[in-house]
Amino acid sequence: MYGTAIGQADRNRSPDKCAEVVGGSAYGVAVSAPVIAAQGLTKAFGDLRAVDGIDFEVPAGEAFGLLGPNGAGKSTTMRMVGAVSSRSGGKLEVLGLDPDSHGPEIRSQLGVVPQEDNLDTELRVRDNLIVYGRYFGIPRRTCAVRADELLTFAQLEDKARAKVDDLSGGMKRRLTIARALINQPRILMLDEPTTGLDPQARHVLWDRLFRLKERGTTLVLTTHYMDEAEQLCDRLVVVDHGRIMAEGSPAELIRAYSSREVVELRFGSDRNEAAADELRGVADRVEVLPDRVLLYTADGEGLLEHVAHRGLRPTTSLVRRSSLEDVFLRLTGRSLIE
Amino acid sequence: MSAAPQTVTDPMSRAAVVAAERPRRFGALYVAEHQLRAMRAYGWTIVVSGIGSPVVYLLGIGLGLATFIDQPVASGPAGPVDYVWFVAPALLASAAVTVATEECTYVVMAGFRWRRVFWGMNASPVSPEQICGGLVLAVVARIAFTTIAYYALAVAFGAVGRPVVGLAMIPVGILAGLAFGLPVMAYSATLTQDGGQFAIIQRFVFTPMFLFSGTFYPLSTVPVALQWIGWLSPLWHASELGRALSYGQGPGAWPAWIHLAFLVALAAAGWVLARRAFARRLRG
Repeated sequence: MYGTAIGQADRNRSPDKCAEVVGGSAYGVAVSAPVIAAQGLTKAFGDLRAVDGIDFEVPAGEAFGLLGPNGAGKSTTMRMVGAVSSRSGGKLEVLGLDPDSHGPEIRSQLGVVPQEDNLDTELRVRDNLIVYGRYFGIPRRTCAVRADELLTFAQLEDKARAKVDDLSGGMKRRLTIARALINQPRILMLDEPTTGLDPQARHVLWDRLFRLKERGTTLVLTTHYMDEAEQLCDRLVVVDHGRIMAEGSPAELIRAYSSREVVELRFGSDRNEAAADELRGVADRVEVLPDRVLLYTADGEGLLEHVAHRGLRPTTSLVRRSSLEDVFLRLTGRSLIE
Repeated sequence: MSAAPQTVTDPMSRAAVVAAERPRRFGALYVAEHQLRAMRAYGWTIVVSGIGSPVVYLLGIGLGLATFIDQPVASGPAGPVDYVWFVAPALLASAAVTVATEECTYVVMAGFRWRRVFWGMNASPVSPEQICGGLVLAVVARIAFTTIAYYALAVAFGAVGRPVVGLAMIPVGILAGLAFGLPVMAYSATLTQDGGQFAIIQRFVFTPMFLFSGTFYPLSTVPVALQWIGWLSPLWHASELGRALSYGQGPGAWPAWIHLAFLVALAAAGWVLARRAFARRLRG
């Protein structure tokens, strides 16, 4: 019954959540006070402003994402919210408390999945969970019961006695997530949860996170994968250079910053630029990437016909829906993963 | 309960305050518990070295080397003492310092960098100072095991003058370990990369200290130009203190309180610096 271990946030459950990605602004109906509220949040390291005055709120039960390239300030933001790094300026409240004065209190209510696994390789799988639970002042017996429930949830029950080093990358991540749930956190914070995992392991992980989300656990995650953001986030902010570039649900962002469809054409790297020049005007917007030309339009097939009509012969062509990648490109002029 | 935002916020904060009470109080103990569990992975090494090394040293020196030494090297209040009496307190202190050095270098580097477990602890309610404190508690437990084993074997080998008073050599050994180990821990906590610094500590700090701290012969027989190494060495102070406890102080010995004060001062300074280093590193 892992429900008891991870169901802490059930009371925050909002039935509208699942419809949100499709339906748009359901987050507007969240009833509870925000569990995280940041205003003008800033972190400076010397002259570098890693986080440069950002504002956001996360209501209970929401899956909130920070999307941006490496070095955008996502992890620094997570560390401030996680009460392990003090802010240089602005206001920050987590669960109604100031991290500067109530670090241990805030951390007692968080589950943290760091970017780099820090499981104890000298302890066995199950002991990792028990030892970690002790840090929250949870009695050993309770830790043991929860550990077994969480191993089931993480699909690791037959690995309880295994050494951590013998686990695959995906299993280690799931164990780290299980460990983050040992204190039945109100907020689960995940920093790049699937970086470095193979596609199958990512899908298993997303499935587990989706279950948590369905139970109403508040998720805060950073990612530079737009498919991950689209899969998991009710709402997200696009971050670049320590600033928030845009905010909304994935669908809203795509609607606001991109066209419905995108035509991808490859003419060969030396001809892309010339072909793009010819195509300006036929699409709402044209982007030239080193390996391909992107044409933004409401009607991809129609545009493709038009391209053929003009006598242009791309080596490959593809019509697809707009994604957050396109939003990011539009907002920053750069590709997310370079 | 009303649905006004403030009242929704309050129970949330209150729950957090309640949940953090135990970690705020006992955080260091949880860290120590974790470290001691992790030590089981190399528990065999701890036991074998904890018992094997005194047996080898006491046999080798007490039964071997001592037979070649005709003239007495040291005296207690009642005149010359057996060589093995002179050496045993120093060997015990060296064992304590050796164990402390291991735990305060590689274990610290592992926690920050190799196994990264300190970062995991850091995300929990415990504070960096508690992480440091828990680590120290675990180190104390391991030194205590080593010194108790050493002491028991030394008594069995007849290497202790006054076995009851001599019991105080155990806490002195622990103190010696901390006097050397805590400053080393503070330094280790600032290292982001192992560029051979630990080998340097081993070769150029620990080994000369071991050799020039009047471990095997009185410091007074060392050339005056090198005696300062002994004066600065926690090992020498702990050895002298141990000898005073084992068979009493001979003529010309420094007052025991100076040795004790020196060890306490080093350990205290190391403690303050180590806590600060942990806080800086984990809360950047």
